[in-house]
Amino acid sequence: MMAPGRPGDGERRDILGANIVAADVDGGRLADNIAQFARLLRASGLQVGPQKTVLATRAVMAAGLGDPKVLYWTLHAVFVNRRSERDIFNQAFVLFWRDPDYIKKMLSLVVPQYKPPKSNADEKALSRRLAEAMVSGHQPDLSRESDEIEFTAEATFSDREAFQAKDFEQMSAEELARARVEIARLAVPFEEIRTRRFERASRGGRLDLRRVLREAAQKGPEHLRDLRKRPARRRLPIVILADISGSMDSYARILLHFIYALTNDRDEVHAFLFGTRLTNISHLLEDRDPDRAIAKVSAEVSDWSGGTRIGQCLDDFNRHWARRVLGRNAVVLLFTDGLDRDGAEGVERAARRLAANAYRLIWLNPLTRYDGYQPLAAGAAALSKNVSEMRDCHNLRSLGDLARALAGGKTPARRMR
Amino acid sequence: MTDHPADVAAMKDLLLANGYVADQAIATALFLALTLERPLLLEGEAGVGKTEIATTIAAGLGRPLIRLQCYEGLDVANAAYEWNYSRQLLHIRAVEAAQGGAIDLATLESDLYSEAFLLKRPLLQALEAASEGAPPVLLIDELDRADAPFEAFLLEILADYRFTIPEIGTIAAKQPPLVILTSNRTREIHDAVRRRCFYHWVDYPSLERELAILRLKVPEAPEVLRREVVRFIQSIRQMDLYKSPGIAETINWAQALTSLSYVALDATAVDSTLGTLLKYQDDIQKIEGSEAARLLAEIKTEARTAQAAAEADGDGA
Repeated sequence: MMAPGRPGDGERRDILGANIVAADVDGGRLADNIAQFARLLRASGLQVGPQKTVLATRAVMAAGLGDPKVLYWTLHAVFVNRRSERDIFNQAFVLFWRDPDYIKKMLSLVVPQYKPPKSNADEKALSRRLAEAMVSGHQPDLSRESDEIEFTAEATFSDREAFQAKDFEQMSAEELARARVEIARLAVPFEEIRTRRFERASRGGRLDLRRVLREAAQKGPEHLRDLRKRPARRRLPIVILADISGSMDSYARILLHFIYALTNDRDEVHAFLFGTRLTNISHLLEDRDPDRAIAKVSAEVSDWSGGTRIGQCLDDFNRHWARRVLGRNAVVLLFTDGLDRDGAEGVERAARRLAANAYRLIWLNPLTRYDGYQPLAAGAAALSKNVSEMRDCHNLRSLGDLARALAGGKTPARRMR
Repeated sequence: MTDHPADVAAMKDLLLANGYVADQAIATALFLALTLERPLLLEGEAGVGKTEIATTIAAGLGRPLIRLQCYEGLDVANAAYEWNYSRQLLHIRAVEAAQGGAIDLATLESDLYSEAFLLKRPLLQALEAASEGAPPVLLIDELDRADAPFEAFLLEILADYRFTIPEIGTIAAKQPPLVILTSNRTREIHDAVRRRCFYHWVDYPSLERELAILRLKVPEAPEVLRREVVRFIQSIRQMDLYKSPGIAETINWAQALTSLSYVALDATAVDSTLGTLLKYQDDIQKIEGSEAARLLAEIKTEARTAQAAAEADGDGA
């Protein structure tokens, strides 16, 4: 890949030129007003850099100032970068161009106090995860193997086995804290599929003619060697849909740590919570500190421990998100017990569509902890007909198995079809 | 080659003359992209006429249209250039046969990596065409289907209208082509790309604009039918459908109804042609039958009220 070009002399001249000309127009008020307007947009959270301001000035001079509508759409084309920014732009435009001086005064009062949100390392110094990491003496980024060695030094093998198999619901607060640390360390490999791109290979694959000919051209025709390439592989994105209703309560919070571990490992993970309505929490989990991320999620989500409307929420996901997040062969993890308040209305149809759009739909069901569990409840039955497989998720071992399964490895699961 | 439109209104007229009913917003964005020589990124639902904008402006300006359809795994070899390996191999064999053991390697290398062995893909074609005559319109369609590495490759082209072939050097366009990128938002386009472009969200058209589009595109349809079609479609867009019909569907539907010789909408007409309008079985089930009948009744009442109001106006004047 080639690096993007840096602004050349041409661009710098353009910037200068635009400013000089704009300064001539209207005694410099135009350039000044656009710069102030850009400040307002920046303060409202739009990504507006100095280059955009210059471009806006040039654009306004090109399109003309005669028609307020043209001015609106000119600035719109420059400053708006995505659909969600349209409303902010609209409000800012109406506010600003009605009386620029008024806004200028307001901005001079407001803007110095505006600070961009940034992570402050000192503030979170006492956060739980850090404290635990210090007490237990683990570095968070140690590899899995070394963790296990250290862990066995602390506890006997059978202790550890028992802990791995213990149901989250049965754990004490202290044990849950320990489980959270374990989960945070869970390395989650992703399943990979072939792409249409190629990478060098030592053998197999097919002939890499570009390299073969390059070498022959440089060294002579007798150097036609058998050089190979093979399709590159790509990780499958993961989409998580987690039920946080009352019946899932004791699992949902610990699973949130698992979701956090998944999200922060890779970039292509989207997470949604649902009870009575669907909430996208992907951006909330981007915080580097898990405690803070999970606190944010708790604050954002209003339907903790309430009822479940699985059909409605899955349908909502299918309509509004599936096309955007399932487009690239995503593996969907559905955490739910399948117990639905609405009498499983629409679950069957929504689950069928979800399965059709996903590369693999994995149902993680905490109820499988009971021997002889059968998905007989209406919602559960509807789900079981459509998922690729059902897995346990009630203890550490099952989450570890799941992590390996996501890498395409074979670990015990109940095949559902 | 037609001259560059002088202002936004002229751009609007130019588009209309070539069969595209543009609103103020899109005409402004396009005018700016053309005047300030920056790419234009169009986002919107499928079927709202994003690609159509590019083909229309190319026709209107009398410039060639070069189209690059994106797909997952699209790489430089398929988007920009590739060497013609089989010809290169033949050339090596020919040189070998002619010169035997005493091959001039420097000449061989410069021969093999000359333009004669270069396969030009859309991006290279666009930059070259821009150096020769009228700068073309380069349509990079459905960029959301390509992956992030390809977007990164595009950055140099979008910013400077040039890119580098290691064996030859930098290819730069003397006059920048008009670059139009489209996305259906199946994936978010990276900020770095957005920053280099003018942006416009292409929405479903208003009732008046959609009617104007139908008049232009399906002139053979009776006016009553056109009005009812547009009203029907505008009201099902308000419903919670899996995929709302776009302008393309409106046009198809009006054409289908006209070719079946309907002069106005009725329940049979709707039910028998719903497949041209809605592309998912769930959506069809939802609208078919009673829901369609309810919408139809609503439309007819609306039309009568509108007509009565128009007549009252006429009487007053």
